[in-house]
Amino acid sequence: MTDLLDPPVVVHGDDHGHDEHHGPTGLVKWLTSTDHKVIGLSYTITSVVMLVIGGALAEVIRAQLISPNNHLVSLAQYNELFTMHGSIMIYLFAGPFAFGALANFVVPLQIGAPDMAFPRLNALSYWLYLSGSITMLLGVFTAGGAANFGWVGYAPLSNAVNTPGAGADLWIGGLLLTGFSAIFTGVNLTATIFYLRAPGMTLFRMPIFTWNMLVVAILILLAFPVLTAGLIMLYADRHFGTHIFTVSGGGVPVLWQNIFWFWGHPEVYILALPFFGMVSDIIPVFSRKPMFGYKGMVFATLTIAALSLGVWAHHMFTTGTVLLPFFSIMSLLIAVPTGIKIFNWIGTMWGGTVIYSTAMLMSIGFVITFLIGGLTGIYLASPPLDFFTHDTYFVVAHFHSVVVALVMGGMAGLYYWGPKITGYMLNERLGRWQFWWLFIGTQLFTFPMYLLGLKGMPRRIAVYLHDPSWANLNMWASIGAFMIGVSTIIFVINCVYSWKRVPAGDNPWDANSLEWFTTSPPPHHNFYRLPKIRSERPVWDYNHPEARALHHGEDHEEIHDMAKHV
Amino acid sequence: MRIEARILLLLGLFFGIMCAVYWPTSNEDGGSVMMFGAMLLGFLPGGYYYYWSRRMKPRPEDRDATQEEGSGFVGAFPSTSIFPFLLGMGAWFVVLAIVFGIWLLIPGFALVLWAFIGGTHESRRGGQR
Repeated sequence: MTDLLDPPVVVHGDDHGHDEHHGPTGLVKWLTSTDHKVIGLSYTITSVVMLVIGGALAEVIRAQLISPNNHLVSLAQYNELFTMHGSIMIYLFAGPFAFGALANFVVPLQIGAPDMAFPRLNALSYWLYLSGSITMLLGVFTAGGAANFGWVGYAPLSNAVNTPGAGADLWIGGLLLTGFSAIFTGVNLTATIFYLRAPGMTLFRMPIFTWNMLVVAILILLAFPVLTAGLIMLYADRHFGTHIFTVSGGGVPVLWQNIFWFWGHPEVYILALPFFGMVSDIIPVFSRKPMFGYKGMVFATLTIAALSLGVWAHHMFTTGTVLLPFFSIMSLLIAVPTGIKIFNWIGTMWGGTVIYSTAMLMSIGFVITFLIGGLTGIYLASPPLDFFTHDTYFVVAHFHSVVVALVMGGMAGLYYWGPKITGYMLNERLGRWQFWWLFIGTQLFTFPMYLLGLKGMPRRIAVYLHDPSWANLNMWASIGAFMIGVSTIIFVINCVYSWKRVPAGDNPWDANSLEWFTTSPPPHHNFYRLPKIRSERPVWDYNHPEARALHHGEDHEEIHDMAKHV
Repeated sequence: MRIEARILLLLGLFFGIMCAVYWPTSNEDGGSVMMFGAMLLGFLPGGYYYYWSRRMKPRPEDRDATQEEGSGFVGAFPSTSIFPFLLGMGAWFVVLAIVFGIWLLIPGFALVLWAFIGGTHESRRGGQR
C-alpha cells in the first residue's frame, strides 16, 4: 500500500504549515472568511432557506387551486405569488445551490486544491447573492407589492405603464446583483479548475461533478452577461424613457424574449448540469462500480452545453417570429446527449452491487423523474405539439418534473456530501421517509398537471370554472404538492435531529474522489497529503490496491461484506 | 493546458457555424449578435490557451506526475478579508438607491471606494495573515 502514497506534501499556499488555523470566530468569521468551505456553507444555508420560502409560496398557490372558484388569495396576490415562487426557485435557490453551495465546497476538494482561485472574489459572490436575494424579497414590503409579471418579466407587461411600482424595480435590482454573483462564480470555477488541479489530476481524471461544473461555469460566462444587459435595458425603458422594448417608440417587445431566453435556456442547463454531476458521482459509489462510459459522459455534457445556446427560441414558437425548423431540430438534438447520460447511469447500476442509501434512492428518483420531464420536453420541442400545449399546464408539469428532479438530485448531494461538510451523518431512516414522500408526492403533483394541460387549463390563472375533471385533477396535484412540503419538513427535522449525533469519519461511503481523502470537515486549506492520482478514482485506488489487479466483476464477497455495513 | 484550449476552441467553432447558419436564415439580429459573442468567448480565451500550450511543457496536472512535483508555492490565499463584504454591501446600497432614494449612493460609493482601496492594499501586503 505504501507505494501508492507519495510522501506527505503540504499543499498550503501560504505559511500556514501547521495543523490548526487560528482565525476569527463567530460573526466576524462569517463576515470575513474567504475559505471556500465557509462560503459554501453560507451559500448552502441561504439557498435552502430560499427553497423553503419558495416552497411555502408554492403550497399557497396549490391551496388556492385545490378547488374551483376558490378565493384564498386575491387575483393580484396570486400574480405576485407565482412570480415570486418562480423567481425565488430559479434565481435564488436552484442556481446558487448548485454552483454556489455544493460546487464551492466540493470542486476544490475534488481536484486537490487548497481553495478557490480567487478567494476574495468568491466571498464577494456570496455577499452579492445574499444582498440580491434580500433585494428581491423586499418587494413584498413595498406599497405596490412584489413583482407580478411572471418570473420571465416579458415586455411590454413589465414596462413602467403596465407594472408601475417599486416591486418590479427591486426584482430587476436583485437580479442584477445575483447575476453578477453568478458571473464571478463562473470566473472563479473556471480559473480554479484550469489552474489549481493537483499533480496528476488531468482533465480526464476529474470527477464528473467537477467536469460538469467546468461546463456550467463556461455556460454562465456565455449566458449571464446577456441577462444583465437585458435587465439594464428593461430598467432604462422603465425609467430613462428609452423605447427598446416598447412598440410606441419604435422598439421590439419580442427582443426581450430573445434576450431573456438566450440567457434562460442555457440557464436551464446551468441548473441541471450540476445535479447531473452530483448524481454521476453518487451512482458509481453506491453501485460499487466505476462510472460506465466516463468519456461519453463528459462529451455528452459538452454537447448539451453547446446545443443549449442554440435552442432559446423554442420558448417562443407561438410568437410567429422565430425560425421554427432551426430551433426544433436543435431542441430535439439535445435529447441525444441527455439520453447518453441516462443510458450511462443505468449502465453504471447494471450488474453492480447497488446499495440503497438515501443518496442513492434520491439519485434513482432523480433519473426517473428527470426522464419523465425530459421526454415531455421532446413533445414540446415539436412546433405542432407546442402550439397546442403552449401556456397550458402541460408546460408547467414538464418543467416541474425537471426541476423537482433537480431538487431530488440536490438532496442526494446533501445526503452524500453533508457528512463531509459538517462531519456528521444525516439520519438514513428519516432520509428514506423523506425520499418516499418526495418521490410519490412529485409524481402525484406533476401527472395530473400533464392531463390538465392536455385538457386545456391555462397556466397562471388563479380561479377556474367548476368542471368535475379539472377539479379532481387539481385536487390530486395539490395533495402531491403538500406531500412534497411534508418531505421538506422531514428534511429540516433530519438536519436538527442529526446535528452532532453520528460522526462521519473521513470516508463513510468508501467513495472514489479526492474529497474523501481528507478529514470531515476538511482542515484549513483542505489537505495534509494527497494520494497518487492515476485514474478518476484515486481514493478508491488507494484504499483498494488489490482491486486494480482484478477483472471486472470479480471479488464479490468483499463487496457484499461492505454492502452489509451501509 | 492543451485540452482546455481545445474545448474552448471547439465551442467557438460550434457557435461560429451556428451563427453562420442562423444569421442569413432567421431575419433576427439579436440572436445572431449573441451567437457571435458566444463564438468570441470561445475563441479569445481558447486562442490564448492554445498559444501558451504550444510554448510550455505540460504542467504537473496535465501528466502522470507525483505530488512532489507540484509542491512549492501555489499562490497567496488570504485567510480572511473584510473587503468582499464591504464591496458587496456597497454594491447593494447602489442598487437600493434606484428604489429607495438617490442619497443611498453616498454610503454605497463610499463603501465601494473603501473596499477597492483597502483590498488593493491588502493584496500588496500579500493578504491578511
